[in-house]
Amino acid sequence: MPRKVGIEVSLAASEAACAADVDVIAAYPVTPQTHIVEHLSELVADGELDAEFIPVESEHSAMSACIGAAAAGARTFTATSAPGLALMHEILFIAPSLRTPIVMVVANRALSGPISIWNDHSDIMAERDCGWIQTFAENGQEVFDLIIHAFRVAEDPEVLLPVIVNMDGFTLSHVIEPIELLSASEVSQYLKPYKPQMVLDPKAPITMGPVGVPEVYTEARQQAESVLNGSKKVIVKAWKEFAKQYGRSYKPIETYRTKGAEVILMTMGSVTETAMTAVDRMREKGIPVGLMRFRLWRPFPLEEFRRAVKGIKTLAVVDRAISFGAQGGPVCSKVKSALYGAPDQPQVFGFISGLGGRDITVAMFEEMVKKAIRYAEKGKGPMYELIGVRER
Amino acid sequence: MDAALKNFKKFTPKSLPKVEALAQGHRACQGCGEVLALRMALKAMGKNMIVASATGCMEIITSPYPQTAWEVPWIHVAFENAAAVASGIEAGRKALMRKGRLPKQRTTIVAMAGDGGTADIGIQALSGALERGHDFVYICLDNEAYMNTGIQRSSATPYGAMTTTSPPGKLSIGQHTWKKNLPAIAAAHGIPYVATASPAYYLDLMNKAKKAAMIKGPAYLHIYSPCPTGWRLAPERAVEISRLAVQTNIFPLYEVMDGQYILTKKIKKPKPVEVYLKLQGRFRHLDKKTIKEIQDRVDREYEILVQKAASTDAEEADRSAAKESR
Amino acid sequence: MAKVDAVTGWRNLEIGCAITEPGSSRKLRTGDWRSQRPVIDRDKCIKCGLCWIYCPDMVYSPTRSGYFKWNENYCKGCGICAHECPKDAIAMVMEGE
Repeated sequence: MPRKVGIEVSLAASEAACAADVDVIAAYPVTPQTHIVEHLSELVADGELDAEFIPVESEHSAMSACIGAAAAGARTFTATSAPGLALMHEILFIAPSLRTPIVMVVANRALSGPISIWNDHSDIMAERDCGWIQTFAENGQEVFDLIIHAFRVAEDPEVLLPVIVNMDGFTLSHVIEPIELLSASEVSQYLKPYKPQMVLDPKAPITMGPVGVPEVYTEARQQAESVLNGSKKVIVKAWKEFAKQYGRSYKPIETYRTKGAEVILMTMGSVTETAMTAVDRMREKGIPVGLMRFRLWRPFPLEEFRRAVKGIKTLAVVDRAISFGAQGGPVCSKVKSALYGAPDQPQVFGFISGLGGRDITVAMFEEMVKKAIRYAEKGKGPMYELIGVRER
Repeated sequence: MDAALKNFKKFTPKSLPKVEALAQGHRACQGCGEVLALRMALKAMGKNMIVASATGCMEIITSPYPQTAWEVPWIHVAFENAAAVASGIEAGRKALMRKGRLPKQRTTIVAMAGDGGTADIGIQALSGALERGHDFVYICLDNEAYMNTGIQRSSATPYGAMTTTSPPGKLSIGQHTWKKNLPAIAAAHGIPYVATASPAYYLDLMNKAKKAAMIKGPAYLHIYSPCPTGWRLAPERAVEISRLAVQTNIFPLYEVMDGQYILTKKIKKPKPVEVYLKLQGRFRHLDKKTIKEIQDRVDREYEILVQKAASTDAEEADRSAAKESR
Repeated sequence: MAKVDAVTGWRNLEIGCAITEPGSSRKLRTGDWRSQRPVIDRDKCIKCGLCWIYCPDMVYSPTRSGYFKWNENYCKGCGICAHECPKDAIAMVMEGE
């Protein structure tokens, strides 16, 4: 029987990797990811998880060792946060190119500078085009479930791509929540042993990572792009089967009170729970607002998104990162491009908030919605603005 | 001595292995001493191996798609992380064997890189992997500059050498720093085996490579790898220069086993360094004063090495004397 | 870079662009690069095999009689074998002569 316990979300993430019976963990400590790797080393030290824990000397080597382990046929896990993720940057692009199904939790944190250990999404947004499948969790239960799901999707022979599960640093990673943990034997019904397709084996020698001469580089990139886009159906199917097995159901895009809504607030990650309260309050006041959250960020769920915003007049998109010099945030830019050419497009207004650990309050969400409605009525407004920035 | 070496049998000219881990048709330059060094090291270790390669000459000459010169499993990920990738392969196989998903068998895990991938950009990953004690062999193929990108200096480029980023000029003699001592850095990790080797002394090289593979834990091989293209050296002289580097004491051959230095090729009458320098265009600009400076430093460095080895000799003598008196 | 043949459409690429045929570089005849070729004088040859062990391109192989022959498909003509031969049994000769 699944057991529901009060547990810190970071520890639940480790328990998920443990329940998935990972073979190798290569990780380097970085705030706010530390509790994940600390607990994993405990699990290994206590013999509760039979895995090799490689205490690497950097995140660059963490990702490199993960690729080596996955290429040797091992189920591989790691976790990191902003500076570590940035240090992995070069290697992040190579993991999907080699089709190594690594699972990584990113405890989202602001990128320097100035240095900040606190939460926003600037770390992952800088890596959004690295070819990994990327999901965002809203709460602790979702972190646990998405990790189990990530292994299932990553190792699917049709996919064989690495997966990042995003969870907000501190605001999610360090809170204690009631979470239903699945045991290894319960997970084993959903997650079969990893059967690598391309493996480094002296009995059948292959060459992995050859030089991509101009005659093949484009084709290699097309393979990576095609597989990533094609992974969406596997992702959705794996969620459906997860629901069948464990009763919790997940979709690429989550909606809340969108029935009859004219304005939609769009969020990602754990701030969504605050945004829900804001939506409830505004609904009480008669404002026709609903909420939408991206769970799946890469591959971008284009069809689901267009369906979800059909008939909506205004979108207020919340970004937790600045896309410097691009006049907006990365999520808002993506939303706009996803709407291009669609019939009856809503007006889109971007709001950047919650940077470097600054809270986004209920009042701030209300401010965003009200502004978006006002701009929409006028037929114009700023392309984006920072909410909660002190002017003096 | 390492217990794993109990069954070590030296190669002899008659018992050289026929096996090759590399195939013909690789794209190395004419007279490439690096691919020659690599070929010899791999021959000595047999085909039960997995290789993780750094970016560099050996990577591009062996793997331009759709052809590979590799007869053994091989992976390239990036420039600076060969040791980290090898760590992952070793750990992955260890876990899979323990969990019964892979038959229990010892396979040699090799990480290989050039001097830039070892002494400069890869030194952190190397240090980490050596310190963690992975069971693997790291091969540094030292051609003393970034040859693949067009002969730029590295921290392993010798004093006075001309490279495209250490050009001699009115204010410069060329490379103005002494070569970084990588084997000493590797040895400082307290790993079971460190050795230098030169392809001119192929038996010595192959015996060291074989030992490195047999010993459990990290082993570090630093192999002199002449680059005719980058050194402005006649291609046919690649082996000759490898010999001269040893005979002039510029590149001494030794082992460090569990911290004990052992000279494997003692040079009774070293040749003057000038003999070595004058064959190479990269040193053509050097004046007498600089050559003297190099000679003095080479003599000094060699003396330090001899002293390190002498203490080993003395300890050996003590031990055998103690044994006899028993 | 030599012309790459056998390049295929992206759908036919192996997973992760891996190469599954070991030693396929043999298809590339690097002997085309050669401007000089080794000529062996068997009267002088002592069958020591140094030409074989010192060849960076692995072109030498022993014959049944114990001599060594070289493979013209791959020899790049570097001349190490001739330079290292202890009996001067190998001479480098310009191609076409």
